[in-house]
Amino acid sequence: MKAMDASQTVLKAEARGLNFFYGQAQALHGITLPIYDRCVTALIGPSGCGKTTYLRCLNRMHDLYPGNRYEGEVTLYPDRVNIVGPEVDPIEVRMRIGMVFQKPNPFPKSIYENVAYGLRIRDVSNRSELDAVVERALREAALWGEVKDRLQASALNISGGQQQRLCIARALATSPELLLFDEPTSALDPTATSRIEELVTELKQKVAIVIVTHNMQQAARVSDYTAFMYEGRVVEYDRTETIFTNPTVKLTEEYITGRFG
Amino acid sequence: MTPIQQKIARRKALDRFFAFEGLMVMTAALLVLLVLVGQLMFDGLSRLSWQFLTSFPSRFPAQAGIVSAWVGTILVMLVTAMAAIPLGVGAAIYLEEYAPKNWATELIEINIANLAGVPSIVYGLMALGLLVYQFRLGQSFLTAGLTLGMLILPMVIIATREAILAVPPYVREAAYALGATKWQTVRDHVVPYSMGGMLTGMILALSRAVGETAPLITVGALSFIAFLPHPPWQDNFPYVSFQWLFDPFTVMPIQMFNWVSRPQEEFHVNAAAAGLILLAMTVVMNAVAIVIRARFRKRIHW
Repeated sequence: MKAMDASQTVLKAEARGLNFFYGQAQALHGITLPIYDRCVTALIGPSGCGKTTYLRCLNRMHDLYPGNRYEGEVTLYPDRVNIVGPEVDPIEVRMRIGMVFQKPNPFPKSIYENVAYGLRIRDVSNRSELDAVVERALREAALWGEVKDRLQASALNISGGQQQRLCIARALATSPELLLFDEPTSALDPTATSRIEELVTELKQKVAIVIVTHNMQQAARVSDYTAFMYEGRVVEYDRTETIFTNPTVKLTEEYITGRFG
Repeated sequence: MTPIQQKIARRKALDRFFAFEGLMVMTAALLVLLVLVGQLMFDGLSRLSWQFLTSFPSRFPAQAGIVSAWVGTILVMLVTAMAAIPLGVGAAIYLEEYAPKNWATELIEINIANLAGVPSIVYGLMALGLLVYQFRLGQSFLTAGLTLGMLILPMVIIATREAILAVPPYVREAAYALGATKWQTVRDHVVPYSMGGMLTGMILALSRAVGETAPLITVGALSFIAFLPHPPWQDNFPYVSFQWLFDPFTVMPIQMFNWVSRPQEEFHVNAAAAGLILLAMTVVMNAVAIVIRARFRKRIHW
C-alpha cells in the first residue's frame, strides 16, 4: 500500500455541498466527497441511502428525467469543470465518465457493435481504428479470449457475467477518465462476481473508479476508500481499512457489523 | 384423500373448467368466422377467373371485372401509407422521446386516443370539406389516400408509441451513458428495437383502411371506372409521373357495395368474388407483417 500513496493524492473529482432533489423530495444532503485518481472509491449503505442517486449525479443521468435538480458542485479534475453545473452539457460529462449498470444491459446488437458504439456516436467510422479499439477494450475487460471468434454474434447470447464484462468493455472503449459502477455484480453468480472484482482491481491502474455496492465484503476487497452513506448524507469517509477496522462514527460501526441495513 | 389433496383437486377442477370454457368461446368465434368465409366462397368462388381480375366494370354481370378496383385499392393504400406512416411515426417518437411530460402533452395524447375512435364517416365529411372543396384536390386518388391516411394516423401513432414503450429504459440509459444524443439514441436504438411492433401496427392500420367504404363514398369515389389511372412513369424526363394522383378513383369495397345494391342476382355473385379477392389482399398484408415482425424479433429478445 505504501507505494501507492503518492499517486493516491491526485484528485479526480470532488463533490462539495452537493444537494439533489427528485422534484420536491431532497435525496442528497450536502454531500462532500473526494474521488482520487487511480483508486477505487466504494459507496456503501442501506437501501435508499442515496448511494446510487449520488453515483448518477456524477454522469448527469438524472437529467434524463424531468423535475430533477442539483445544487452545489462536483468538480472534475484536472480542468475543474463543475459536472452538475447547469451550464455544463450533460453529454460532454457522459463522454468523459463511463458507467456500468446494475443489470447487464448490452444492446441487442453484435458484440462488436456494442463495444464500437461509443466510437460510432463520436463519428469514428474507420474500420481498422474501430477494430483496434474493440480489441483493446475487450482485452481490458478480460473478455477478448472468450469472444474473439464470435464478435458478430448477438451480445444477448453470452452469459450474464460475460454480458457485464461486455458492458465494461463498452464503457472502456472511449477511454473514460472516471468509471462508475452501480452494483455491477448484484445480478451475477459468485464466479462471475469474482471475475468482475478482479477486473475492477486491475482497471484502477488506468482510471478512477467509483463503485456502489450492497456487499460490504466486496467494498473491503476492491476499494481503497469507502464512504458510508445514510439517509442522503455521507456519515463517514476514510480509507477502506480504517472504515472496516476502526470506524469513528457509531452508525458506521453498526452498519458494517451487520446490526442494521 | 387428505384434506389438502381435496383442496388441490377442487382448485384443479376449476382450472380444467376454465380451460374448457376458453376453448368453447374460442371455437365459437372461429366458427362464425369460418361460416362467413365459407359463405363468401360458396357464393363467389365460381366467378373467380382471370377474366374477372382483368376486366373493367360492365352492365353485363358476366363481363364485369374488378381491374380498376384492385388497382385502385393498391394505389390508394400507397398514398395512405406514404401519408400516415412518416407522420404517425414522427409524432409518436416526438411524444414518447422529446415532448415534455406536462398537461399539454397529455391533452394531445388523450385526443389522439379519442381520434382513433371517431367514426370513419366523420373523416369522410372532413375530407370532403377540406381536401375536395378547400384544397381542390378533386375526387382523386390523392384525396382518397389522404382521407384514409387521416383516418389511420391516430392508430399508427398509438401502435408506434406502444412499440417504443416496449423498449426497456435501461437500454436507453446505456446509450445516453456513452454520451449519445437524443437523436442518436432514437435512431440507433429506440427505432430499430421497436421496428417489429411498429410495422405490425402499421399493417394492421392499413388492413383497416383497405376495407373502408363510407369516407371514400363521401369524398366521391366512382363505382364505374372503365379505364386505368395514368401510369406512374412517362417517356421523357423525369420519367416518373404523378398524374395518376389526380385521376378519379375506385376501390374494392366501393365496387362490392355497388354490385350488392343492384337487383340482379349475378351481380351479387360478383360482389362475393370481389370480397374473396379483398380478403386475400388483407391476408397477404398480414402475412407480410408477420414475416417482417419475425425477422426483427429473431435478432432482438430481451
